[in-house]
Amino acid sequence: MTVRPMRPKRRRLALLASALALLGGAAALALTALDDTVRFFHSPSEIAAGAVAPGREFRLGGLVEEGSLERSGTSVSFRVVDGAHGVAVRYTGLLPDLFREGQGIVAMGALDGGRTFRATQILAKHDETYMPPEAAEALRRAQQEDGS
Amino acid sequence: MTAELGHFALALALGLALLQAVLPLYGASRGRPALMDLARHTALGQFLLIAIAFGTLAKAYVSSDFSVAAVAQNSHSLKPLLYRLTGVWGNHEGSLLLWMLILTLFGAMVAVFGGSLRKTLQARVLAVQAMIGAGFLAFTLFTSNPFARVWPPPLDGAGLNPLLQDPGLAFHPPLLYFGYVGLSVAFSFAVAALLEGRVDRAWARWVRPWTLAAWAGLTAGIALGSWWAYYELGWGGFWFWDPVENASFMPWLAATALLHSAIAAERREALRSWTVLLAIVAFSLSLLGTFLVRSGVLTSVHAFATDPERGVFILLLLGVATGGALALYAWRAPTLGTGVPFRPVSREGALLLNNLVLVTACATVLLGTLYPLFLDALDAGKVSVGPPYFAATFVPLVAPALVAMAIGPMLAWKRGDLAGALGRLWLAALGAALAAGATLAYGETLAALGLGAAAWIGLGALVEWSERVRLGRAPAGEVWRRARSMPRAAWGGGLAHLGVAIVVAGITASQCFQSELILAMKPGDSARIAGYAIRFDGVSEVEGPNYRAERAMLSVLRDGAPAAVLTPERRFYPVERQHTTEAAIRTTLLADLYAVIGEDDAQTGRTVRLYHNPLVPWIWIGAIVMALGALISLSDRRLRLAAPARRRRQPAAA
Repeated sequence: MTVRPMRPKRRRLALLASALALLGGAAALALTALDDTVRFFHSPSEIAAGAVAPGREFRLGGLVEEGSLERSGTSVSFRVVDGAHGVAVRYTGLLPDLFREGQGIVAMGALDGGRTFRATQILAKHDETYMPPEAAEALRRAQQEDGS
Repeated sequence: MTAELGHFALALALGLALLQAVLPLYGASRGRPALMDLARHTALGQFLLIAIAFGTLAKAYVSSDFSVAAVAQNSHSLKPLLYRLTGVWGNHEGSLLLWMLILTLFGAMVAVFGGSLRKTLQARVLAVQAMIGAGFLAFTLFTSNPFARVWPPPLDGAGLNPLLQDPGLAFHPPLLYFGYVGLSVAFSFAVAALLEGRVDRAWARWVRPWTLAAWAGLTAGIALGSWWAYYELGWGGFWFWDPVENASFMPWLAATALLHSAIAAERREALRSWTVLLAIVAFSLSLLGTFLVRSGVLTSVHAFATDPERGVFILLLLGVATGGALALYAWRAPTLGTGVPFRPVSREGALLLNNLVLVTACATVLLGTLYPLFLDALDAGKVSVGPPYFAATFVPLVAPALVAMAIGPMLAWKRGDLAGALGRLWLAALGAALAAGATLAYGETLAALGLGAAAWIGLGALVEWSERVRLGRAPAGEVWRRARSMPRAAWGGGLAHLGVAIVVAGITASQCFQSELILAMKPGDSARIAGYAIRFDGVSEVEGPNYRAERAMLSVLRDGAPAAVLTPERRFYPVERQHTTEAAIRTTLLADLYAVIGEDDAQTGRTVRLYHNPLVPWIWIGAIVMALGALISLSDRRLRLAAPARRRRQPAAA
């Protein structure tokens, strides 16, 4: 090949074009990926209001209801409440170390046809005094509805 | 009394930092040597004062002085000495003090070893360092004083979160901070260069060692953190694309880019103004990371209780530092001039490609990390962005760079020969094809691509070395002579690439070939995983220094013969009233058998979770190799900090 060294102006233009192409590709990739993979957050009250379709993955936040925890083999079931409504949750696997009744949690999963939340992941907290922002949000939303 | 001494030292250090932030700048612009020299003395003074403050806090922890609030909240007299000591930085206030200790240490090093720098440049670098230091000192003194007293002092402390009582996490923050703060030096050099309006090879030669040191610290710190998450959290995974993890990963990506662009700036005076921009961006991302971790604005699996007030202060610091530096860049960068021209296919071109890919990948990570914040701010709903997003964007973006990684070092400066480079890499191509083919036999296309890429990069690094020493084409004596005279930077660069290959292999294999089993077991029960039989022999109670544990005995049998015993534990820390899971891991370096236990159920038995993770140890081995490569590069003659000072006794006035 007999390409002459490009003049600075053309070189910068070529550089700019390739950088833009890369960024554009990345942006397209990122936006489609965001569309497919973003998980919305819903509170028990929203579920009770029928705002969430079964089968769609989302994050559930709230408090684990006192006295609701039941174990059978490797799976557990409990209720997550926000002060106004509650939803039944089933999970198979090891619960996080700080999982306790009365504690705020965030769970990832989807509703099945029987309106039970099948959790695939339960978020662990590293710290006793920490309240997951989403669990706090669920309580706040329920309180607002109470007040209005 | 000692705590007040520490507090006083901090206040004095703030005073010195404010002086150092203003006077040397004035001196540099007016040509007053006395004012410029002042920076060197104040930099040393600051370090001394912060060291005193840090020492007094450490003493309070070690001697369990519970009249100091931070000690009472985070320590306990029954805690082992190591964790009383590492507890100094196991909390917000103490970790800030550690941050400043490292910051002022680096400032002092610029003061001591920077004798060969242009006087004005050194003064300006130290002034910018002092501005950062003043910001963080003010932050500490006004929002998070580590020396605050409580009255009356409690009889004993509240203890340290048991998850943090671990050697892996004890040294994770210091390494990470070393990296973050090392990038602050690159940032200071960049801002100082913009103030001077001059970026030359000497400047790039100074930026490189700091970036290398920072990068080595970041690499080791991130690896240590992920190793800790792997064995301590009991999830069997090592990376969760969690906001807090991304917070350290973004500066790493930017620092990796900076490392490479600084090579082009130093060797060829190419990509100079880009290098300046990257230095600004890399440290800004460090600050952003600090903000994300400290403010608690994002839901994270690693989040600790946080204080929004503090987040606002860090956000302010971030805004001033980044905004100011970028404004300065926009104003002054055009005066830096354009670099030496090069062709697209050349070493410079390859370094540029590396930079484009790393920066784009970093941008997608940034988008994924901040997207929930944007939506929340716009009141468009609360969302989370998880691993699927990062797998769908980060991986395809980085893949072409992995292919180019082996080719880049084979290209000549200014004008490279792509066909020739590919021809010389035939061995790597063959190895990659074999690795990919062998993996494809297991029916995993993605794994084949990953392992093929790993072989390609690893063998590529070996081919590059053997080319340099003319292995197989020159007599052994000649090869030995060439190997000895090869610059350390070439050894280090190759080693770092080899480390990347090892990491890529580890990630690929552990992601694609992991086996997992959850079941309830009673004594005598057996389970099979990846060719092993695991027999549950029962649980015993064990007493630790500051915890009680239930320890399970799991016998590992291979072909009926006992191979190992796994003893996962569930610990209870009475002081903190908290349970932790201790995974039991048996590693062969080729694969890990990993076991954790849950709670007992009288009817069905104890919940046991088993994993078989192939090549997982390679991730950390590779990270160590990468960091080692950076350290070897750092020892290169040309980059040695004090070397130019020894060579040139005369003050370098150009």
